[in-house]
Amino acid sequence: MVEGTIMSDSKETILNRVKKALGREDDDKTTTFKSAEIKRNYQQKSDLNREEILQQFAERVSEYRAVTEQIIEGELAGKILQICKNEGVEKLVIPPGLETGWTEGLSGSVSILRDEPEPLSKEELNASDAILTGCFLGVAQTGTIVLNAGPGQGRRALTLLPDFHICVVKQEQIVGIFPEAIRSLEETVRESARPVTMISGPSATSDIELNRVEGVHGPRKLHVLIIT
Amino acid sequence: MNKKNTPKLPTFEKSAKSYLDNTQLRRNIGHATQTIRGKRAGVVHELADWEELREAGSRIKAEVMNNLDQYLLQLEASVQKAGGTVHWAADGDEANRIITSLIKEKGETEVVKVKSITTDEIRLNDALKQEGITALETDLAELIIQLAGDEPSHILVPAIHKNRSEIRDLFRKKLNIEELSDEPAHLAEAARLYLRKNFLKAKVGISGGNFAVAETGTVAVVESEGNGRMCTTLPDTLISILGIEKIIPRWQDFEVFMQLLPRSSTAERMNPYNTFWTGTSPGDGPQEFHLVLLDNGRTNVLADETGRQTLHCIRCSACLNVCPVYERTGGHAYHSVYPGPIGAILTPQLRSPNDESAASLPYASTLCGACYEVCPVKINIPEVLVHLRGKVVNHQKKTGGIKQKTNPTHIGMKIMANAFRSRKKYERLQKMGRIGQKLFVKDGTISRLPGELSNWTAIRDLKPVPDQTFREWWRERS
Ligand code: SF4
Repeated sequence: MVEGTIMSDSKETILNRVKKALGREDDDKTTTFKSAEIKRNYQQKSDLNREEILQQFAERVSEYRAVTEQIIEGELAGKILQICKNEGVEKLVIPPGLETGWTEGLSGSVSILRDEPEPLSKEELNASDAILTGCFLGVAQTGTIVLNAGPGQGRRALTLLPDFHICVVKQEQIVGIFPEAIRSLEETVRESARPVTMISGPSATSDIELNRVEGVHGPRKLHVLIIT
Repeated sequence: MNKKNTPKLPTFEKSAKSYLDNTQLRRNIGHATQTIRGKRAGVVHELADWEELREAGSRIKAEVMNNLDQYLLQLEASVQKAGGTVHWAADGDEANRIITSLIKEKGETEVVKVKSITTDEIRLNDALKQEGITALETDLAELIIQLAGDEPSHILVPAIHKNRSEIRDLFRKKLNIEELSDEPAHLAEAARLYLRKNFLKAKVGISGGNFAVAETGTVAVVESEGNGRMCTTLPDTLISILGIEKIIPRWQDFEVFMQLLPRSSTAERMNPYNTFWTGTSPGDGPQEFHLVLLDNGRTNVLADETGRQTLHCIRCSACLNVCPVYERTGGHAYHSVYPGPIGAILTPQLRSPNDESAASLPYASTLCGACYEVCPVKINIPEVLVHLRGKVVNHQKKTGGIKQKTNPTHIGMKIMANAFRSRKKYERLQKMGRIGQKLFVKDGTISRLPGELSNWTAIRDLKPVPDQTFREWWRERS
């Protein structure tokens, strides 16, 4: 393939230009790779207590115009049924590994689309009404939900094509500030190389005269249930 | 930049004049920059450790630049290990060729694309069009620009110069929608429906990227609308193009940049969506991933020790929103995909020194320093501006005759460039100025300077050096 040779030439070209720019010898392959100490004297952990972190998460998620509710675990199945009814959800997508108890109340009134054993097609996802997932983490400071394609979350397309995302966050999954979340994700990225999606409110645009409009391409509605 | 397709462009001074006369444009831009400016200040204030984050961001980027060859190799190895393929493009034409041939290999003639200034820089869409490939822009603003056959005017909100009724008329005509109001929600809905069809059938997606992590090979796209997620998730093949300066060393560094970027950019605590992918994942998203690493003049920037910091830029656009010059002229006057203060320093370094339009950009500033103050990675834009003015002058002197060599503006710029480099020199110059200016100050301003310097005051009043500068006052106080 002709491109193959062109490409590797350019690799040499670029690397040589970089070395020259940095004042290194062209054939110096032994440059030591030292990474300068970066002072990380910014905040590493939230100084709020658990109760405050929980409240902050709930508040900040709602500020993005997502609906947030705090409930106890026993009420969850009933709540999900009620949301589906209120929002007219007839076809609900659920990811592999979702806790079975969450959908207990739904049989009969909502048809459940499972992404296993065969994955749902893009068209099926697009024609569905909602997706119900758990999450990997919540970040209080920014009101962010973090998905890492783990159990109960599914592959990325599931939380993208349906127009309504119902997300369950357990109290103990909520961390205070961003650095805490990034550190918890190290393993996801390093060991399993799974994709990470961060969601802060529903899809939005401010492209028209800077007016915020919910929902251009991602789900237009986000409903977050916090289990306390 | 792509030399072949770039016609000779007017200088900033010339085009700024015509944009200043366009009141509609000025009103739109003014409204937008003011709104974001206020919001940004609010969310930045919320973080008590903002300065520490800026400092860390600046150092991490400096670390990357000083070891760029090593980090590039590390990134390549990580992406390959995670199942991706890495391509190297020395210039825009080569990047366009690589991307075109990858799309052709798939037998596709239509691709979906998420906003990327890098692809604008290399004019990828034009290159694809010549090869019979349509690249559909999927950002609302980019779609507006594409349908209007227009050029983006702001890094973050490229259609900032269009108001709602202009957009409604455009959609009515180009998307064949008869009934459409000018409500932003209705306009967004029209775009959603139009683009959704295309997302579902697209086989190839093209994206830029905000960051690439050398250590893990992870690429990040930070966005609001969800079209970034669509383009990087739904197609079978994903091609992402990133400038070689977009590297960050470690995954952990996101804890710095993901705090700096959204607050500086959209002035939110966090933007709606961030997507991070590491090569390919079985059963989830594109099963083929290509990363194109682009130089296109960046190594020239790297070679200039003062200019090098320009490569730290994370394209947040905060410097545009605080710039008094940008606010009045808008983005188009810069004749570059990179407008505003960052454009004024990046464009001339990427382009040839003979490009007059680019060489006029370092003068598109009052050196007020607001850009430096807001820059989340602490790029000293005024310092680089003055440095580049010195370079422009040197180049003109080399290529011009004796008149150029003795031009007082040129000599003045050299003194300034030198003085900006150290505080001592700067303060000494201030003291000299305070004595020298006595002759010209009238009612607290200098509106006429003698001789050659009168060119400067012919179009602007000067503030004299105050009797006591802020720094002097501060020192005395503490
Ligand atoms: S120069 Fe700084 S403020 Fe301007 S866009 Fe780049 S990172 Fe943002």
